[in-house]
Amino acid sequence: MTRPTAMGDWILFICFSVVVLAMPFWLAPFGADYPDLMQKFAIFGIFAIGFNLLFGLTGYLSFGHAVFLGVGSYAAVWSFKLLTMNIVPAMIFGIIVSGVFAFLIGFISLRRSGIYFSILTLAFAQMSYNLAYSVLTPITNGETGLQLTLQDARSLDAMAGIEVTRSLPSTTLFGIKTSGLPGFYICAVVLIIAFFIAMRITRSPFGTMLRAIKSNQTRMSYTGFNTRPYLLWAFVISGMYAGLAGSLMAVTDPLAGAERMQWTASGEVVLMTILGGAGTLIGPFIGAVFIKYFENIFSSFNEQILHRFFDALPDGLENVLVSVTSLFVGEGWHLTLGLMFMIVVIFLPGGIMEGVRRIGKLFSRKPEKVVAKAVEASGAQS
Amino acid sequence: MDAILLQILNGLDKGGAYALIALGLTLVFGTLGVVNFAHGALFMIGAFCAVTLQKLLTLSTKVKDESITFFDAYKEVPILSAKFPVVGPIIVDLAVPLAILVAIPVMWIIGLVMERGLIRHFYKRAHADQILVTFGLAIIAQEVVRHYFGANPIPQLAPAVVSGSANVGSWFGLGDNVVYPWWRLIYLAFAGIIIASVFAFLQFTTFGMVVRAGMQDREMVGMLGINIQKRFATVFGIATVCAGLAGVMYTPILPPDYHMGMDFLVLSFVVVVVGGMGSLGGAVLAGFLLGILQSFASMNEVKSIIPGIDQIIIYLVAVVVLLVRPRGLMGRKGVMED
Repeated sequence: MTRPTAMGDWILFICFSVVVLAMPFWLAPFGADYPDLMQKFAIFGIFAIGFNLLFGLTGYLSFGHAVFLGVGSYAAVWSFKLLTMNIVPAMIFGIIVSGVFAFLIGFISLRRSGIYFSILTLAFAQMSYNLAYSVLTPITNGETGLQLTLQDARSLDAMAGIEVTRSLPSTTLFGIKTSGLPGFYICAVVLIIAFFIAMRITRSPFGTMLRAIKSNQTRMSYTGFNTRPYLLWAFVISGMYAGLAGSLMAVTDPLAGAERMQWTASGEVVLMTILGGAGTLIGPFIGAVFIKYFENIFSSFNEQILHRFFDALPDGLENVLVSVTSLFVGEGWHLTLGLMFMIVVIFLPGGIMEGVRRIGKLFSRKPEKVVAKAVEASGAQS
Repeated sequence: MDAILLQILNGLDKGGAYALIALGLTLVFGTLGVVNFAHGALFMIGAFCAVTLQKLLTLSTKVKDESITFFDAYKEVPILSAKFPVVGPIIVDLAVPLAILVAIPVMWIIGLVMERGLIRHFYKRAHADQILVTFGLAIIAQEVVRHYFGANPIPQLAPAVVSGSANVGSWFGLGDNVVYPWWRLIYLAFAGIIIASVFAFLQFTTFGMVVRAGMQDREMVGMLGINIQKRFATVFGIATVCAGLAGVMYTPILPPDYHMGMDFLVLSFVVVVVGGMGSLGGAVLAGFLLGILQSFASMNEVKSIIPGIDQIIIYLVAVVVLLVRPRGLMGRKGVMED
């Protein structure tokens, strides 16, 4: 571990791309190689990477980031309804609209810092959530969620002469249907682009500025920097990432609901980032994959599967084990999530990436002093 | 006039719950410097103390139904009522008030265990870490409750004596239009008593004096040779009991379900911020104020002017207060500032 070099970054980027694109192959042994789940990996990866640009770099903990996810979804579905089933305009709209939202919310919330900032963003998130459920029903379709209908205008599609068939049209990328595996590859390519941009931002002077704000904002102000524009841009960019993730959710499954904006959803992205390692480049993505994977595995378990799993054990022990573990699986998956949350924050504040580094340190043969220096350097970099 | 009085009353009992939760939150902020996202869960646990007690008291057996003579019929009767025909039904009826007696020791123990086992290790950590770890704890509490009690709200009954409504209007000479459930009035009085006793405890006892001094300057108190940490554990216990009792008493008003804690937590946080971090009076004031504001905003007359205002009024107030008066209504200088 030395200072980040351009070469190292390129290697990281290429490795990342290969790993992401090859997901259908290496995930097969884990039983996670079906498109729905892999799309989720990519989408939440984008969400977490974007969140990390704010939280990981500046240390501002936003508890209302799911708003932008929801807004992105709504914008994308409206684009499907009004303009065209092509996903490119939908994604662009998702990014722009959530960017505008992020600008407004950020402009106000960033006047405060620390816990106050968290609560302000939380307040805005709850406001948006409540409004989406009540007054804004004409736009959001309330509890039912926004869906495509046969009567939608789709003006661009109509101009291009695409006939409305009897069934609902599906989302396309210039004619390629975006469900299933092609859908995953679209998400994966977007994820790779998003990762690349995030990497460039992190390594840019702008990124350095953000990290400087995290380490000591007062000192930054004393040296004559007005920190607020930087923070606002970080907030807007990370909001746009969330909007992009939200619009991708609509791309893979064209409906949008207010529950995406609930603050538990905001909490989830925080957990992904923390679990993977806040402030690191690939940490958030790893966290997102980890959580979505285990969510999928754990919530599919039920008592029968557990009974089969512990079949070899004597009956009494089997029943005890099943009743204990059934707490954690199926609908109880959130319990595992909460437990994971606590364990990570208590024992491994740096997340999985720090764990990897610690293990790497155990096995490296470098003399202690060099390692200590390397850790220092990497600490300064992250 | 009637409508206004009714809305104020409506707001006051919701405000009572906000105030009790916010009081505990701000107490923990001010003394321990810890942001406790699990406080809503404590409120929920309190409510489920009442549910548990009620379930225990109404454990039933099958008894032969004497009123049906031409075949053997059985009906379910609570064991208590079957064994003690006179006292039993009364005890069952009083389940919620009795739950207070159960909740106090239970919440106290939960509070102490939580403080000693977890929160203590987070005094020196960043606020973000405190938020995250307590958030995780809240999820766990919520899920455990859901596992044992199910996802549906469980209605609780207020004792039969006070199940009716009081004719509040006639007290103020306003005619008979303003009627209000007795239990809500009792809740209001109860909240007032708890708040008053916490304030009295902090104001008039030596222990309270030390705690207040610790809120001002923890280090200095430590230098005077007082083990402030030990007292803070007690403070945490008090905050826990406050939240728990608020939960117990709220059950007849709102059937408890597993996520009620989260719903109240977000609002209580807003209340604390509006009142001013670490300011006890501010939390209580803001709690009642926001409760009343919310109930006025949900009047149809208001909603027809600004649609949806009832959903966002509290958050809107919080945003405005944070921007105009960053320290909140009664916040003191130097508390939780960065």
